[in-house]
Amino acid sequence: MDFSFPKEYQLFRRMVRDFAEAEVKPLAKAIDAEHRVPHETVKKAAALGLMGVPFPQKYGGMGGGETGYCIMMEELGKVCTSTATVIGAHTGIAAMSIHLDGTEEQKQKYLVPLASGKAIGAFGLTEAQAGSDAAAITTTAVRDGDYFRINGAKVFITNGDIADIITVMAVTDPSLGAYGGITAFLVETGWPGFSIGSLENKMGIRGSSTAECVFENVRVPKENVLGQFGAGFLTFMKSLDVGRASLGAACLGGAIAVLEGCTQWARVREQFGVPIATKQSVNFMLADMYTEIEALRSLIYRTAWLIDTHQPHVMEAAACKLFGSEVASRCIDKAVQVHGVLGLSRDYWVERAWRDARIAEIFEGTNEIQRIVIAANLFRPYGLRIPT
Amino acid sequence: MDLRLTEDQLQFKKMFAGFCTKEIRPKGEEIDQGEAPPVDLLNKAVDQGFWAALVPESMDGAGLDTYTYTLMLEELARADMSTAFTFNVHNSLVVKPLLDFGKPDQKDRYLPALAFGDRLGAFALGEAGAGSDINALQATAEKKDGGYVLNGTKTWVFNGQLAGLFLVFARAEAGITAFLVEKETPGLEVGYREKTLGLRGVACNTLYLDNAFVPAENRLCEEGQGFALLPAATNLSRLGVAALSLGASERAIEEAVKFSMEHIQFGVPIAQKQAIQNYIADAKVLAEALRCVVTETAWLADTGQDYALQSSVAKLFGARVAAEVTDNMVQVHGGYGYMKDYAIERYYRDARALAIVDGTNQIQQHLIARDVYKKEGMDIRP
Repeated sequence: MDFSFPKEYQLFRRMVRDFAEAEVKPLAKAIDAEHRVPHETVKKAAALGLMGVPFPQKYGGMGGGETGYCIMMEELGKVCTSTATVIGAHTGIAAMSIHLDGTEEQKQKYLVPLASGKAIGAFGLTEAQAGSDAAAITTTAVRDGDYFRINGAKVFITNGDIADIITVMAVTDPSLGAYGGITAFLVETGWPGFSIGSLENKMGIRGSSTAECVFENVRVPKENVLGQFGAGFLTFMKSLDVGRASLGAACLGGAIAVLEGCTQWARVREQFGVPIATKQSVNFMLADMYTEIEALRSLIYRTAWLIDTHQPHVMEAAACKLFGSEVASRCIDKAVQVHGVLGLSRDYWVERAWRDARIAEIFEGTNEIQRIVIAANLFRPYGLRIPT
Repeated sequence: MDLRLTEDQLQFKKMFAGFCTKEIRPKGEEIDQGEAPPVDLLNKAVDQGFWAALVPESMDGAGLDTYTYTLMLEELARADMSTAFTFNVHNSLVVKPLLDFGKPDQKDRYLPALAFGDRLGAFALGEAGAGSDINALQATAEKKDGGYVLNGTKTWVFNGQLAGLFLVFARAEAGITAFLVEKETPGLEVGYREKTLGLRGVACNTLYLDNAFVPAENRLCEEGQGFALLPAATNLSRLGVAALSLGASERAIEEAVKFSMEHIQFGVPIAQKQAIQNYIADAKVLAEALRCVVTETAWLADTGQDYALQSSVAKLFGARVAAEVTDNMVQVHGGYGYMKDYAIERYYRDARALAIVDGTNQIQQHLIARDVYKKEGMDIRP
C-alpha cells in the first residue's frame, strides 16, 4: 500500500492549481452573475492540455488517466463549479465515450480535436421523459442508405449550445429495447438539421450552459455509429460509470475549499468577544466537514486507481458520485450557517457555492439512480434482479 | 383539549387562503426573478387586514389572535415567501412592540399608519459586528434638545427601503434604548440593498443614521430598557418564522406531489416508486409535527402563558423542517427542480434564510439549552 501521489501527479496538481487560481477563480463570480460560459478560460485550459487529461497522448490527450483527471477536477472544483462542469461534461462523458468505444478512425477524427481542446464535446442522452429512465428515449435514427437520419430532442444537455461534437443516443430498433435497440452516434453540430431549442435558467452552475438540442432529419454517416450497432445504451452507461468518479472529485474540491473558507472566516469573525471558531457550535461543524472530506478523498482516489488499473469499478464510481455530492452539499450548507447572514449574500462566494453544489445530487444520474446501481450490484451475485 | 378551529378562525383561514391563492401565488416567480418588493400586492393586502392583523378591533384592526395570525402567515408563505416574510417583520417586530409598549400618544400617532397601509414597519437591530452577539451593538443615542441624536450603521434591516417607520435600537447613556424613527427624519438614510440567495422580494437594506434627531416622545421604552421589549417581539416573530416554515413545507410537498404524479419514468408516474413515496411520507411527517408545534406555541401565547422557550423550539424545528423538506422535494423533481421554471427551485432558496434570520439555529439551540440548565440552577453562556 502506498497512498502517496507519484512526483508527476504532484507536479501536475501544482500546475492545475496555479491555472485555477490565476485564470478560473477570478472569473467565478462574474460568469455566475452574467450567466455566461467562460470561453476564454476554456481556450487557456486547452493550451495547457487540460481538455483531454485522461486520454492517451497519441490521441491528443495528456495521458493522465483517471487519477490525473480526478486531480484536475478536484482543483477546478475548489475554485469554480461552473468551469468544472463545462470541462467535465466535455471530457468525462462526451470525449470519454469515444475513448472507450470509438474506432481508431473515430478517435483520430473526433477524440484528437476534443482532447486537444480544438473542439468542444457534449453528451446527448437525456430527454424530457427519459431522465432516470434513460432507456425510455424516443429520439430515433433510421437507416437511409449509407446514412442514418436522426430525429428527436435532447434536454438538459451541458455544453449543448457550445459543442462541436455531440454523442447522441437514439433508438434504432424499437422492438429490441435498451439492449439491442439503442445505438450511439457521433454528430457534428454543424450538420444541417441540428439546432438549439431553449436554454435553461438554472439555480446554480450558471457559468455553464444547459441546452435543448433538436435533431430534425440530421444525416449521420454510418461510420459515425459509436460502439457496436444496437449497443449504444452500454456505451453511454460505461461512460457515465467513469464520469461519476471525476464528478465526485469535483465535489471533493468544492468541499475542501468550503472548509478552508470557513476556517478563515471563523478565525476572524468575532461574536461574544471571541472568534466564533472557539464556539463548539461552529468548530464541531468544521470537524464534521473535515472527517467527511477525508473519507471522500480516499474513496475518490481509490476508485481512480481501480479505473486506471482496469479493475471493476461500477459500484465504487456510483459511491463516489453519491457520497461526493452529499458531502459537498452538507459542507456548503454548514458554511452558509457559519457565515450567518453573510452566507445569504450574493456579494459573497458562499451563496454561489451553495447554489452550485445542489446539482451534483441530481445530474449524471440522480443519487437515487446511484443507489439503484449499487443495490443492483449488491444482489447480482445472488441472481436476484433489483427492479428500477 | 380541543384542537378544532373556531368558526371565526375557519372563516379567516378561508378568506386568507382565497386571497393568497388568487392574488399572491401567481406573482411568486415574478417577485423572485425581478427582485422587486411586491408594492402593489402590499397595497392590495391592506383591505385583507394583513397590515392590521394584530391591531385590536377597537382600533379598527383585524384583532387576530396569535393562532389565526400563524394561519395567515402560513397561507401567505404557501403563496409567496417574500410577501409572508415582509408581513412577519411588519407585524411581529414593529406593530407588536408598539402595541405592547407604546404610550397612548405613540399608538395614536403610528398605529393607524401601520395598520392601514401608510407606513410599513422595519426593524433595525443588528449591526456588522453585532449579529448573534446583539449586546455588542454600537449605534449611539445622545440626549439633546428634548430628544436624541442617533448615530450608527444598521445592517440587514428588513423592509428597509419600503418602510415608513423604523424601530431602531441604539445605545443611550443608560443603555440600549428603542426608538420609533420616521423615514423622513433628516440624517436617516436607507442604503445598500442586499442581493440575497432567496427571499429576493424582501427589501433588506443597510440603514445609516447620521446625526438623526428623534424627539423624546418617540422613545418606545425607558432609557436603557430596549432589550426588555425584545422578547415580546422576537417570541412572536420566531413563531411567525415557524409558521412560514410550515407554509413553505406544505407548498413544497404540494409541488412535489403534483410533479411526481405527472412525471413518467420506467413506464409509471414516479409517484409509484418507493424512493419518491418515502420522500413524500417523511416530508409529511415533519410538516405535521411542525403544525402541532406551531399550534401549541400559538395556544400558549393566546392563553397568556410564557412561550419564549416554545417559540425558540418552533423556530429551530421549523427552519430545519423547511430546509429538509424543500431539499428533498427538489430531489423529487430531479433536474427540473434545479430550473427556475419550477416553484420548488425558489422555495428551496427561500427556505435557507429561515435557519439564519431572527436568531440563527445555533442561537435558538443556546436559548433552549439555557432554559434547560436554568431549571437545574445553572447559568450557561453562549
